[in-house]
Amino acid sequence: MLAITTNHYLILSFALFSIGLFGVAARRNMITVLMSIELILNSVNLNLIAFSYQLSDLTGQIFAIFTITVAAGEAAVGLGILIALFRLKESTQLDKATELKG
Amino acid sequence: MDALVTNGPAILFYVFAALAVVSALGVVTMRNPMYGAIALLTSFLSVAVLFLLRNAEFLAIVQIFVYGGGIMVLFLFVIMLINLHRLPELKKFGAHTPLVALLVVLMIGVFGWFFLQAQFGPGLAQPDVFDHVDGAKLGNPQAVAWSLYTRHLLPFEIASVFLLIAMVGAVVLGRRQ
Repeated sequence: MLAITTNHYLILSFALFSIGLFGVAARRNMITVLMSIELILNSVNLNLIAFSYQLSDLTGQIFAIFTITVAAGEAAVGLGILIALFRLKESTQLDKATELKG
Repeated sequence: MDALVTNGPAILFYVFAALAVVSALGVVTMRNPMYGAIALLTSFLSVAVLFLLRNAEFLAIVQIFVYGGGIMVLFLFVIMLINLHRLPELKKFGAHTPLVALLVVLMIGVFGWFFLQAQFGPGLAQPDVFDHVDGAKLGNPQAVAWSLYTRHLLPFEIASVFLLIAMVGAVVLGRRQ
C-alpha cells in the first residue's frame, strides 16, 4: 500500500509556492499577479493542513481558516486597487505605474 | 481491483497534486487572464480534494465556497469589467524575468537542501498538543467550530472586523471620484 506522508504535501506545497512566487515577480499583468498571490496563500494552507493531520491537532485548520479570511480581504482590496489603476492608466500593466520612481 | 482500492488515497493524491501543479503553471503562463482564472479555479478545487484526503472536511468545503465561489467570482467580474480585449498585452513577462527565475531556482535549492536535512516524517517530535481531534466522537466541522468559538474566539472576532475594513476599503477604492 502506497502511503502519502506529510513530506508529499510539503513538496507539493513548495512547488505551488514557487510557481506563485515566480508569477508575482515576473508577470506584468496585475490580475495575474493577484492570482499568483492567491496561489501562494493556498499553498500555505496545504502546509498547515498536512501538519494538522500529522500531529492530530486542530490548530492548523483554525489557522488555515484565518488565512482564507485574509486571502478574501486581500483579493477584494487588491481588485479595488486594480480598478483604480485602470481608471488612471487605461491599463493593468504594472510597469505603467511609475509615479513613485524618482 | 484490490490494489486500486487499497491505494485509492495515494492515487487520488497524485492525480490531484499533478492537476494542481499543472493548473498553477497555467495561471502563471496564460496570456489571457480569463483562462488564467479558470486554471486558478481548477487549482483551488484540486487543493480542496487534497484537504479532504487529510481529514479536513470543513476546510475543503470552505475552500470551494470562499475560493471557488467568492474570490473567483470577484476575479471574473473584474476581468469582464475592464474588458481586456481592447488592451493587447505586448509582453507577458517583465524585463527582469531571467533574474526572477534565477532567484526562484536559488530559493528552491536552498529550501530543498534544508528540507533534505530536516526530519518532517514520523520522526518529528510530537509537541504538547492541545485541541486534540477525536475523529470518532466528533465530526470535523463540529470540532473546528468548538475550537473556533471557545479557544480562538478573539481572533475570530478580529477576523470579522478585518473583513469589514477590507469591504469598506474596497468600496472606497472602487468609487468614482
